[in-house]
Amino acid sequence: MIQLEQLTKRYDDRLAVDHLSLEVPDGRVCVLIGPSGCGKTTTLRMINRLVEPTGGRILIDGRDTASLPAEELRRSLGYAIQSVGLFPHLTVAENVATVPRLLRWDKQRIRQRVREMLALVGLEPDDYEASYPRQLSGGEAQRVGVARALAADPPVLLMDEPFGAVDPLTRGRLQGEFARIQRELRKTVVFVTHDVDEAIRLADLIAIMRDGRLVQYDTPERVLDHPADGFVHDFVGVDRALKRLGRVRVADVMRTDVPHAATPDAAAALARGEGGAGYAYLVDNDGRLLGWVDARMVREGWPCEEAVTRVRVAEASVGVDATLKEALSRMLGFGFRAIPVVDAADVLLGEVGLNAVEAATEAGSRASELRERPSDEASR
Amino acid sequence: MTRRILLRRLLPPGIAVVAFAWLVSAQWLWARVLATLYPDEAPVLFPAGTLAQLTVRHLQLVGISSAITIAIGLPLGIWATRPSGRAFREVIVAAVDVGQTFPPVAVLALAMPLLGLGALPTIFALFLYGLFPVVSGTIAGIEGVPRPIVDAARGMGMGRGQLLVRVELPLGSRVILAGIRTSVIVNVGTATVGAAFGAGGLGGPIVGGLLVQNMAFITEGAVTAALLAILLDALLSALEGSVVPAAA
Repeated sequence: MIQLEQLTKRYDDRLAVDHLSLEVPDGRVCVLIGPSGCGKTTTLRMINRLVEPTGGRILIDGRDTASLPAEELRRSLGYAIQSVGLFPHLTVAENVATVPRLLRWDKQRIRQRVREMLALVGLEPDDYEASYPRQLSGGEAQRVGVARALAADPPVLLMDEPFGAVDPLTRGRLQGEFARIQRELRKTVVFVTHDVDEAIRLADLIAIMRDGRLVQYDTPERVLDHPADGFVHDFVGVDRALKRLGRVRVADVMRTDVPHAATPDAAAALARGEGGAGYAYLVDNDGRLLGWVDARMVREGWPCEEAVTRVRVAEASVGVDATLKEALSRMLGFGFRAIPVVDAADVLLGEVGLNAVEAATEAGSRASELRERPSDEASR
Repeated sequence: MTRRILLRRLLPPGIAVVAFAWLVSAQWLWARVLATLYPDEAPVLFPAGTLAQLTVRHLQLVGISSAITIAIGLPLGIWATRPSGRAFREVIVAAVDVGQTFPPVAVLALAMPLLGLGALPTIFALFLYGLFPVVSGTIAGIEGVPRPIVDAARGMGMGRGQLLVRVELPLGSRVILAGIRTSVIVNVGTATVGAAFGAGGLGGPIVGGLLVQNMAFITEGAVTAALLAILLDALLSALEGSVVPAAA
């Protein structure tokens, strides 16, 4: 557990962080968010003492962090920042090995750990070990950054906009994988971002900051449904129903019994079959998605082979780690009522449709959307 | 594989060194060429030493002074970027800047009462003169390491020394070595001044030639000193290429 008690940082006459108190329970992700200059990064950097607090204290598992030498403290806390933080003169493997080497692990153990970490973040160790950061794409570099932070298996992870420097599509994928890794490893995470959608997707607890103060510290659901004041309300934005979809994983709401077949003929038969859905997915022998068959086209007399809509899977499907929000956006983009769900190897797992979106938004949302905005006059 | 790359990298400088060594020991060639160029001068070769002897002496002056410059300038530059020395950063830069502002001739003249004639005052003057590029190069190299990289290193628990050795020096090495190279090359030319104060070296024929108005002497010393500067520049560039990490 991480406890911040009356944490304060003063720069000359400006209070960057003002008597901030909050607790992050073990195994939870706490996202610090707020407009730039609100003190979120300063708060994070006080936890590993890159910035020394002016007042207050920080306890990790009950122990005051000021009682340890700073270097020792930092080696016990994973630290990930934007991809520019990789050491450009060291290979990917050497980058990931940074903290284990500082902790003087033996070579064999380091090498094995590096390979495990690269595999964990979705990089094939044999392909990436010997690469240099400049040879990586933005997304790959960020993965290496996360692997490096996790390498010494620290119980606590500090992340400062770790997915800030990549395009939205890659960011979404990295967020999905981070959520997967976190479900597996259950680290205690403090995560700084300025992206509300990222906060809602990844947080167990969101700490909204403004001018160095904590405005609201709550679950994402509570922040969406019960903003503490007008500032939070405006900061979260008006599309709260849509944002709530960012909390729902496709894996939790997808239909798995979807019609699919490995040949165009069989898929066409399924598509036009009695009580069929009107379409069927075409997969290869390993179950990888290739496209789909529309029953209407078969009925209109197209040959089965030509009735197949072959797709670029990366675009016309969503990953199992994606959120319902991403799925909805993809469906709207293509004008589909449903979209296939695939795993990392493009194997068809199921599909998710507009009905799932409706079901997710119905649950409790209507009341809060129709509720009056908290009175701005009261809070300003 | 790597041995072949190393060989390819070392071969051109190696050839240049051998060619230069052959050229300075080929007295007969110099005699013939200079006699053709300056038919009225006699003798055409500086009598106080063979060209090889003069070159070795010159290299001693430059080598010793550069070694002292690096041995003092590098730690001084590093210290100026440490928390303990940062307060002195401006003072250090200003002081070594003054060292370079003084013309070496003036330093030699002023040092003469203390250090006398010969190699010692020349080495001292060269040391002062060469300090600035080494110190400022070291400071610029270390301070030029991008902030997020230093942050990441400290955030992962590197101590000051580990940060210096594993991150700041490797990433700053290109700029640091460029400063050292500038210092050495400038000293090759400046060392010729020392001959006027009895230090010997390739300045001997130049100063002697000016004294007795023998153009052949001047050419002998000046051409060799220029070639030596070009050669050292190439050698140090090759060294940089093999020491500096590709990403720095």
